[in-house]
Amino acid sequence: MRASLERQRYLLDYTLAALSRRKARNLGLLLAYTLLVFLFSAVLLLSQGLRREAALLLQDAPEVVVQQLMAGRHALLPAAWLDSLRQIRGVGSVKGRLWGYYYDPVIKANYTVMVAPDRSLAADQLIIGAGLARARRLGVADYFSLRAADGRALPFKISGVLDTHSELLSADLILLSEAGFRALFDFPPDHYTDAALTVRNPREAATIAGKIALALPGSRPILRAELLRTYDAVFSWREGMLFVTLGALLLAFMILAWDKTAGLSAEEKREIGILKAIGWETSDILAMKLWEGMLLSLTAFLAGYLLAWWQVFHDGARWFAPVLKGWAVLYPDFRLTPAVDLQQLLVLLGITVLPYIVATLIPIWRAAIADPDAAMRG
Amino acid sequence: MIELREVSKIFNQGQPNECRALCGVSLDLARGGITAFKGPSGSGKTTLLALVGCLARPTSGRILLDGRLLSNLPERFLTEVRRHTFGFVFQQFNLIRGLTVLENVMLPAYPLGWPYRELVNAASILLDRFGLAAKASSRVEWLSGGEAQRTALARALINDPAVLIADEPTANLDSALSREVLTLLGELAGQGRTVLVSSHDPLVFDAAQVDRVVELHDGRIVRDAGRAREPS
Amino acid sequence: MRRPHRFLARRANAALLLLTILLLLFGLSLVDGWWHSRSPIQSADTVLVRELGLTDLSLFTEARYTRHPSQADRFSAFQDHPAALDHFPSGALLPPPPALSAPSP
Ligand SMILES: Nc1ncnc2c1ncn2[C@@H]1O[C@H](COP(=O)(O)OP(=O)(O)OP(=O)(O)O)[C@@H](O)[C@H]1O
Ligand SMILES: [Mg+2]
Repeated sequence: MRASLERQRYLLDYTLAALSRRKARNLGLLLAYTLLVFLFSAVLLLSQGLRREAALLLQDAPEVVVQQLMAGRHALLPAAWLDSLRQIRGVGSVKGRLWGYYYDPVIKANYTVMVAPDRSLAADQLIIGAGLARARRLGVADYFSLRAADGRALPFKISGVLDTHSELLSADLILLSEAGFRALFDFPPDHYTDAALTVRNPREAATIAGKIALALPGSRPILRAELLRTYDAVFSWREGMLFVTLGALLLAFMILAWDKTAGLSAEEKREIGILKAIGWETSDILAMKLWEGMLLSLTAFLAGYLLAWWQVFHDGARWFAPVLKGWAVLYPDFRLTPAVDLQQLLVLLGITVLPYIVATLIPIWRAAIADPDAAMRG
Repeated sequence: MIELREVSKIFNQGQPNECRALCGVSLDLARGGITAFKGPSGSGKTTLLALVGCLARPTSGRILLDGRLLSNLPERFLTEVRRHTFGFVFQQFNLIRGLTVLENVMLPAYPLGWPYRELVNAASILLDRFGLAAKASSRVEWLSGGEAQRTALARALINDPAVLIADEPTANLDSALSREVLTLLGELAGQGRTVLVSSHDPLVFDAAQVDRVVELHDGRIVRDAGRAREPS
Repeated sequence: MRRPHRFLARRANAALLLLTILLLLFGLSLVDGWWHSRSPIQSADTVLVRELGLTDLSLFTEARYTRHPSQADRFSAFQDHPAALDHFPSGALLPPPPALSAPSP
């Protein structure tokens, strides 16, 4: 037992010595390999993490949102609709929501402006999201003036900043009172942006949506299930495309690896002959080469995966922020909840480690069964 | 201890470039002493040593080691025998580039899994004995011919083999170094090891340390002369 | 050997140490994931969702249909064709709304 462990250690010694002969090349290979694993893992972890986070967060989103469409566009919802909605059987509570967007020319950012009826805000008070507070360097008790619909600057006093923990949901929010909202946008008094409904029996949500569409032509009910589906599809939409691109990269890398390993150089062949002549068995040589493949691919896999894990879950995916951020000015500072997905790990292992080990072993097999006699003939 | 019975080796049998390297060689090699194989280039010395050392199998004929038939053992057991019974010094030294002298010497024992310290000690003792202690941690590429030769010799001895096979051990050395190597081989034979040497260097087969000279020609033994050991 | 042999002077030991550290860290990442999967999501967030009836993540704030992809009206995104390449970089990550890609009822 001890001897066989020690034997592995010796074989590893040999592999490392052999690898260190072409240090620059092999380190380069390791680096490229690590980067590749990192990219694959990061895309996978980030997209799945965001999807999971969205699904968890939006579990409590309104079961049905009803919009009015006019000429194919989202229009304001007349207050009278709220009563019609209440009369539909199976509908629980109905709340008119007031929200909209505000473009801030100072930092060229879009905010989401929303009425928070439960916060009993005065007409000139605001609560802002942490992302906005950061971008505009605002804090509690600061004044923040917004340009009203009629062109006047309306001064508001900030009475609170939302918890940074919820930034993924609230980075760009401005919460205010109904009076403030209507004054700011000159919003027609008997209208709402849309309506949020609860449903008595959640399983009948789809049926009720059908009833709503019938009772109120021109309405567009949006189910929570649809909303969740939207986020389930976020990233998977072109995650696939990204993977195709990365796949090309993987292929290029495999060609490189194949070139390094499959094209056993004459020198390597001679060395295998020598090793056999001085008493190594075929199995020793295979084990030694397996160590070589394992060492490179396992190190690259673990390093790449761990780097991606740290980057996505513990560093707020900062390296990817530019991609996610796009042209947006406001970007939430969020922490995704770490989660392990066994299947995902296996996929990663399968596409990165396995091909490399196979590429290392196949050609070696040929050499390992060669005659040690060759050593006698230099 | 080693018996060859009607051993032949034919390369590329049945093809136009067929080559009979050995034909019907019969030979008894006793334990201990230095046996030198001489003969012109291409006479089959290297081939004979490869067959004896289990690096290749004869096309026909039988090879016995201590009464045990080797020629039909499976590859695995041949390796086993090779590892424990034979140590090789090759014509081209065949040291592994990129490894240090010490590592090269330890190499044949790697698959045996000895405790590291023991192996390092054993290798260091050998290096000391061959005056290579100062070179232990230098890479083999930088060695001089004589140092490389002695490193190869130390490597051949690390597994403490009963038989040392040296193919043209003096081919790359000047006469002073050749004599030095012969002295070393003589010491080894004196410790009870069997030493088999091939050479076409008169310095070797005329040397006092050599106990027996076997002359080959075109794959056949043409002369086999034992010689009483003279005091050195 | 005259030189004292330090543990890490041997190549295999250094490599095994590195591998062990990496494997330990990997194990830690598994524990990290498992640990978080047990503790429920921060309740501050879910309270906010319930209170305000939030429907979307504030991840892409550059346009209406990227800020609220689930609420966007049918023509704001992908003006010409559901699969047309999008103006905004985030469009490369966001799918067209399901209403557009699903077969019409
Ligand atoms: N693998 C091989 N394939 C074909 N022919 C071979 C092979 N190995 C040896 N031979 C031939 O066998 C013959 C004997 O070769 P061997 O190497 O045994 O000679 P040698 O006595 O060692 O010569 P030298 O003194 O030059 O080293 C040569 O004619 C050689 O060409
Ligand atoms: Mg020869």
